[in-house]
Amino acid sequence: MDFQSILSAATGGHGLAVNPWASVAYLVAGVLFILALRGLSSPATAQSGNRFGMAGMTIAVVTTLLTHAPTTADGLLDTIGLVEILVAIGIGAVIGIVMARRIAMTAMPQLVAAFHSLVGLAAVAVAAAAYLNPQAFGIADAAGQIFTVSRIEMGLGIAIGAITFSGSVIAFLKLNGNMSGSPIMLPGRHLINLGTLAAIIGLVAYFTVDQSPWVFWTVTGLSFAIGFLLIIPIGGADMPVVVSMLNSYSGWAAAAMGFTLGNTAMIITGALVGSSGAILSYIMCRAMNRSFISVIAGGFGADAGPSDGGSKEQRPWKPGSAEDAAFLMSQADTVIIVPGYGMAVAQAQHALREMADQLKKEGVTVKYAIHPVAGRMPGHMNVLLAEANVPYDEVFELEDINGEFAQADVAFVIGANDVTNPSAKTDKTSPIYGMPILDVANAKTVLFVKRSMGGVGYAGVDNDVFYMDQTMMLLGDAKKMADDIVKALSGSGH
Amino acid sequence: MDFIAIFSIFVLACFVGYFVVWSVTPALHTPLMSVTNAISSVIIVGALIASAAAGSASSKWLGLAAVVMASINIFGGFAVTARMLAMYKKKER
Repeated sequence: MDFQSILSAATGGHGLAVNPWASVAYLVAGVLFILALRGLSSPATAQSGNRFGMAGMTIAVVTTLLTHAPTTADGLLDTIGLVEILVAIGIGAVIGIVMARRIAMTAMPQLVAAFHSLVGLAAVAVAAAAYLNPQAFGIADAAGQIFTVSRIEMGLGIAIGAITFSGSVIAFLKLNGNMSGSPIMLPGRHLINLGTLAAIIGLVAYFTVDQSPWVFWTVTGLSFAIGFLLIIPIGGADMPVVVSMLNSYSGWAAAAMGFTLGNTAMIITGALVGSSGAILSYIMCRAMNRSFISVIAGGFGADAGPSDGGSKEQRPWKPGSAEDAAFLMSQADTVIIVPGYGMAVAQAQHALREMADQLKKEGVTVKYAIHPVAGRMPGHMNVLLAEANVPYDEVFELEDINGEFAQADVAFVIGANDVTNPSAKTDKTSPIYGMPILDVANAKTVLFVKRSMGGVGYAGVDNDVFYMDQTMMLLGDAKKMADDIVKALSGSGH
Repeated sequence: MDFIAIFSIFVLACFVGYFVVWSVTPALHTPLMSVTNAISSVIIVGALIASAAAGSASSKWLGLAAVVMASINIFGGFAVTARMLAMYKKKER
C-alpha cells in the first residue's frame, strides 16, 4: 500500500479504524505498553521495559502521522502543516529532556505532578479540538451533529482532563513549597464540592441532547474548579495518595479520549495507567491506614501537636554521641537502617551509604528497611537510596524485613518517626492507630537520629521508642550525624 | 469500531493492568509512575489528528498546543525513567 492510498483511506474518515494496518499498529503499540509495565517487575528487566514503552510510543506517533498527515485542499501533502507538527514535537522534546536531566531526585514528586498536569491539559485541548472540528475526528454526521456516544465520551474526557490539570497544579505547588502544605479548609466545602460534581454530571448528561457551546465550556470551567477545590484541603502527609490518584485520573482521561477516537492504543494505555494509579493510591492508603474517602475529605495534619494541653510530662531519655553510635554499630552483627523523608531533606543519603560501607568493611551485615510512605510518593525512598549507590538487594520492604528486627543488634532510625511509633499498635486513641509500622522497638539497641526532642512527626504524636531503655537518641542534623559517625568509624583504626 | 467492541478492549485492558501493576516490585513504584506518565501521553494521537485536520483554525492550534504538552511528557517521562532505572544496581561481589 503506497502513501497516497493510506492517505485517501484515512481521509475517507470514520475514526481511526478505516485502515486495517493502522489498527494493527495501534494494537502493537498497546501491547508494547503492557510489556513496558511488565518489565518493572524487577530492576533487572526494568530498562528493557522502558525501551518497549518508547518503541510503542514511536509506533503510535508514526502511524498517526502517516494516516493523518496534513493535506491541502487538492489532497496533496501539506508540507508547512507537517513542519508545524514536527516543530511542536521538537519543542516538547527539548523541554522534556532538559527537565528530566536537571530534576533532583528529591523533587521527583513535583516533576510527576507537573507531568500529570500536562496530560490533563493536553486531554482538555484534544477534547476541545474534537468539539470544534468533530468531522475531522469522524465523530459527527454530515450536519455536524456529534454522535450521542461520542458526546458522553467527550464530556467525560474533558471533565477528567480538567480535574487532572487543576488538581495536579495544586499538588505541584504544595509539593514544591510554593503553597503551604497545611490543608486549606473552606467553610461548607463538602457542600460546594458535591454541588459542583452534581452540576458536572448533570451537564454531561444534558450535553447528549444539546451540544451548544455553553454546555461544553461550562463543564470545562466547573471541572477546572472542582480539581482545585478537591486538592486544596488535603494536607502534605497525604500527598503520596494524591499524586497516585492524579496518576490514575490522567489514565482515565486518556482512555476517554481513546473511546472518542476509537483508538485501541489509547484505550489500553488509559486502562493500564488508570488501574496503576488506583492500585498505588490503595497501597498508600493502606500504608497510612487511612480510607480513601477520608483522604479526599481532607484536613489531615491540620492540628499540630498533641491535644493534652499543658500537661506535657518530661520523660527520661538517653542521649548519645556519634562516637557511641559508631562503637555500638561496629560491634554489631546486623544493623537495620530505617530512613525517612527527613533523611532526604537533610541530603544525608550519601553520608548514610558511606556509613554503611564502613560498617560492611568491619563485617557488619547492613540492611535497609523501607516503609511504603517513607518518601513523598510511592517508591520514592528506593530511588533516593539508589541514587546514593545503595544496592537494591540490600533494601527491603516493610513486610519482608519486619520479622528481622528481633534478631538485629541495632536499628538505626534516621529522619523517620511516625512509621516506627508503637502507639499505632497499642493506643486506640492515637491518630495513627492501625497504621503498619516498622518494629524497631524489637531490636536490641535503637539509635534514633532526630533534630531535637521537641519536634513531632506529621501526625503530631509522641513516640514511646524515644524513652525505651535500649534507645539512644542522637540529636542533630541527619547529614552531620552520619558524617560524624563515618569519621568515628574510620578513626577507630582498623 | 462499534462501542461494544471498544468497551470490551477497555474492560480486558483494566484486568491486564490490574495484574501487571500488582506484579511491579514496590522498589520501582516511582519509575512506574513516571513511565505511566509517559505512556498516558499517547493522547498525542488525538493531538496529531487535530493539528493535521483542515476546517477549523482554533481546533488546529489547540491540537498543536496539545502536541507540545504531550511531547514534553513523552520525552521527559521516558528520559527521567531511564535516568532513575540506571541508578538501580546490584551488590558488587
